[in-house]
Amino acid sequence: MEHIRTTKVEQVKLLDRFSTSNKSLTGTLYLTATHLLFIDAHQKETWILHHHIASVEKLALTTSGCPLVIQCKNFRTVHFIVPRERDCHDIYNSLLQLSKQAKYEDLYAFSYNPKQNDAERLRGWELIDLAEEYKRMGVPNSNWQLSDANRDYKICETYPRELYVPRIASKPIIVGSSKFRSKGRFPVLSYYHQSKELNAMANRAAGKGYENEDNYSNIRFQFVGIENIHVMRSSLQKLLEVNGTKGLSVNDFYSGLESSGWLRHIKAVMDAAIFLAKAIEAESASVLVHCSDGWDRTSQVCSLGSLLLDPYYRTIRGFMVLIEKDWISFGHKFSERCGHLDGDPKEVSPVFTQFLECVWHLTEQFPQAFEFNEAFLLQIHEHIHSCQFGNFIGNCQKEREELKLKEKTYSLWPFLLDDQKKYLNPLYGSQSQKSAVLEPNTVSFNFKFWRNMYHQFDRTLHPRQSVFNIIMNMNEQNKQLEKDIKDLESQIKQRKNKQTDGILSKELLNSVRPESPALKATLSLKEQALLPVNDVLRTIEGSSPADNRYSEYADEFSKAEPAVVSLEYGVARMTC
Amino acid sequence: MEFAELIKTPRVDNVVLHRPFYPPVEGTLCLTGHHLILSSRQDNTEELWLLHSNIDAIDKRFVGPLGTIIIKCKDFRIIQLDIPGMEECLNIASSIEISEWRLSYVNKEFAVCPSYPPAVIVPKAVDDEALRKVATFRHGGRFPVLSYYHKKNGMVIMRSGQPLTGTNGRRCKEDEKLINATLRAGKRGYIIDTRPLNVAQQARAKGGGFEQEAHYPQWRRIHKSIERYHILQESLIKLVESCNDQTQNMDRWLSKLEASNWLTHIKEILTTACLAAQCLDREGASILVHGTEGTDSTLQVTSLAQIILEPRSRTIRGFEALIEREWLQAGHPFQQRCAQSAYCNSKQKWEAPVFLLFLDCVWQILRQFPCSFEFNENFLIMLFEHAYASQFGTFLGNNESERCKLKLQQKTMSLWSWVNRPSELSKFTNPLFEANNLVIWPSVAPQSLQLWEGIFLRWNRSSKYLDEAYEEMVNIIEYNKELQAKVNLLRRQLAELETEDGVQESP
Repeated sequence: MEHIRTTKVEQVKLLDRFSTSNKSLTGTLYLTATHLLFIDAHQKETWILHHHIASVEKLALTTSGCPLVIQCKNFRTVHFIVPRERDCHDIYNSLLQLSKQAKYEDLYAFSYNPKQNDAERLRGWELIDLAEEYKRMGVPNSNWQLSDANRDYKICETYPRELYVPRIASKPIIVGSSKFRSKGRFPVLSYYHQSKELNAMANRAAGKGYENEDNYSNIRFQFVGIENIHVMRSSLQKLLEVNGTKGLSVNDFYSGLESSGWLRHIKAVMDAAIFLAKAIEAESASVLVHCSDGWDRTSQVCSLGSLLLDPYYRTIRGFMVLIEKDWISFGHKFSERCGHLDGDPKEVSPVFTQFLECVWHLTEQFPQAFEFNEAFLLQIHEHIHSCQFGNFIGNCQKEREELKLKEKTYSLWPFLLDDQKKYLNPLYGSQSQKSAVLEPNTVSFNFKFWRNMYHQFDRTLHPRQSVFNIIMNMNEQNKQLEKDIKDLESQIKQRKNKQTDGILSKELLNSVRPESPALKATLSLKEQALLPVNDVLRTIEGSSPADNRYSEYADEFSKAEPAVVSLEYGVARMTC
Repeated sequence: MEFAELIKTPRVDNVVLHRPFYPPVEGTLCLTGHHLILSSRQDNTEELWLLHSNIDAIDKRFVGPLGTIIIKCKDFRIIQLDIPGMEECLNIASSIEISEWRLSYVNKEFAVCPSYPPAVIVPKAVDDEALRKVATFRHGGRFPVLSYYHKKNGMVIMRSGQPLTGTNGRRCKEDEKLINATLRAGKRGYIIDTRPLNVAQQARAKGGGFEQEAHYPQWRRIHKSIERYHILQESLIKLVESCNDQTQNMDRWLSKLEASNWLTHIKEILTTACLAAQCLDREGASILVHGTEGTDSTLQVTSLAQIILEPRSRTIRGFEALIEREWLQAGHPFQQRCAQSAYCNSKQKWEAPVFLLFLDCVWQILRQFPCSFEFNENFLIMLFEHAYASQFGTFLGNNESERCKLKLQQKTMSLWSWVNRPSELSKFTNPLFEANNLVIWPSVAPQSLQLWEGIFLRWNRSSKYLDEAYEEMVNIIEYNKELQAKVNLLRRQLAELETEDGVQESP
């Protein structure tokens, strides 16, 4: 590739992000067309996709080399020290080019090849079918119909072709409404709730200003005050700044959390979704949701509200449908919000990340209500930025069609489904939580900092044993054991049948049957070969010397005459 | 006690013996009441017979799972034994090691130190007379005693009250001798003072103080800052008040959580305990821990260091023993500290949630190592409840002396006798427990510490869904055990049938 001048640099140091004594790993840095790869002395590999890079910074030269700090959209932060400044400069320049593409066609998805044929690829794209989804919801019906008004994207460019509107909404009404709404985003059906007494629905529209109450009889207005994309962007920035601080104190952490406003915003989104779900479920009222353009906050509230109301969206496949419907098809501007291309940085905002975080908070409050686990949310977050699959590329359906994404790229969903085992919640299935309308409690203390998202790659901050993984593996093992039991039972049955057949003829020959040493040997062998090896599951991460939280402590201690010992992030060090 | 009773592992196979002028010999190592014997179990090979009384000193080393014991004999000979398996090696070493410690009953009548139990463990080299002198030099008569012996390398944690140096730098030769007696030749120790340096300096004006470098040259002093008394109590009051306010917005909640400083205390205590554990395990150094009285922050540090270092203290019985040893016997004034809790207005100087902070720290470690503890969160909550209000006598009184005077053993029931009943124990058992012999190092980063919801949000929100999820988890584990047992049984049946068939077919 023309942007790559240096492909390999040796003796590069990867600094521990939180170590104040500059603990580091030495290894080799490779630059490929798609990834930056670091292989340390223990052969551990760190892969960084170019598209994941949010910023690259070259710091002032130090005695040990030239520092290069890379911040990623998946919240990984790496700090390299490259021995020679020229190499550092080359890599820096290459990454600047590679991480910010000017056109869609240069994104990874257009070159990513998972070795599938066209038919397989197409089947992948057809996996999630929104027409099916509306059918599942029960539309069209006596009140709602499919409108062809936007078939050619003539009324609204950022809506999908197929829209559901009230039966009485004729084309002139739709056209009139669209002219009255920002970006032509007239009110359309987002979710139709089938309940026993009354059918109610939520729908969405764009605003810019708000409706005059006098002109809308039988309508109640509710303003929920979710902040705009710019506030959200700087809020996340503040949060990340605080959390990246070395030797962070508890007080700085909480005052940073507070001043970033992040959890306040999350709570606001959640409260709005709860309001929506309550109006529909408890009051059997229909709800119209809008913000200014109707593709950010509206998507958050509609999708989260639907998730509270409808257990289907809390399954793995249902969650994919929900994202396809409320986010992708209704024109959440993924490429702009995630900064896929080198564009206006003011359009970047973590709106979808907030949605995922709200879902995570729900999984914390309702551990058995979701078929999927945290890893599923993290993996989706990874891929809205990776540009490895076509789903999140572009800003609306029209644009996606123009890019011919279905022909040129792959869909993420079949890959996630193939890997489903990894994303299953082993506790899923309690009736009280599985089928219910969720009513989360949004008292402030219920919102916790999502460490596994924002410190996903900072392993030293994580618990060293994961209950969740153990239970997940155990659940898998239980399925295998059930199978084994069936197999064994049928084998035993066969043996017994065979014996009763043969017993008459051989009885006389076998009147004395000493216990053979072979029998004992088989028995003990069988016991050993038995499946469960929980030790592996329960292994404590970091128990190896290379990965230990305290590995640097020993070196430090041997220094002469230290005066103070302090601990930072569980890693102690000594300062003289 | 007979020596034979100390032998935990009487026999180890595949031990390699190295000695001067001979090729290495592999064989079986046996410990008897008087001898250490190594036999290759082959003819014409010389065996090693070594009298225990000939052992002058021993050293231990570990490379991976292989342990090495170097035995230095009184006749100047030095031999080396390579022993596979860390546990075996430690057991052998501790059996042949000459104890440097003794049990002292100098405090039999509670006269030397009113807050110590009648029996304490002290260096063998120091007699009771010296202990009496040291007691006059330490706050509350709390002379340095053994708190924990780290089997892996023989290093120890000792604890005491502050030295009473006063403004004119008083010193006490016996005190210096006592704590030096715990050091091996050429080794250095660490004194962990739980107070910041300026507080320790101020303490001199009131007759207290700290160990001067000049008088304790083999010891390096480290100051930490663990808060005490009303500061902790106010922290608790603020925290509980904030948790009880359901209406406050996010900013207010976060700022009140921060202002309570509760998690700052947690971080400080855990950090100091980690440091203590590191001194022992990583530095191979012994430590002495004290603050002012040696009854609060000192005990938090010494007991948490044991949780980190010693697998046994992470079992139910082991933890009970730890509470008994490091809190009750060690003289933490429960009656004073736990007289009132977060709601009472009559604030007394001596009320402080020292024990609750300790339990919270244990909970934080438990959360980070959820499979390494035999007990669950409910066990810790139960202990918190009983420390503050209990129908049992265990937590009554401020120290052993008071409990004796109150005749609690005769007049009340012990909490442990109730807790250890199988029906109760099942509520406190962690279904995920799998004994883990490693040292467990917790993360003390603010992102890794959490508000203990089981205590502080317990009455403020429903835990129905969380409880249901926990039950489901237990079900999965139980079901797993059942299935495994069944598979084992069936495999055995099948193997028997196969062999029968084989026998039937072969003759």
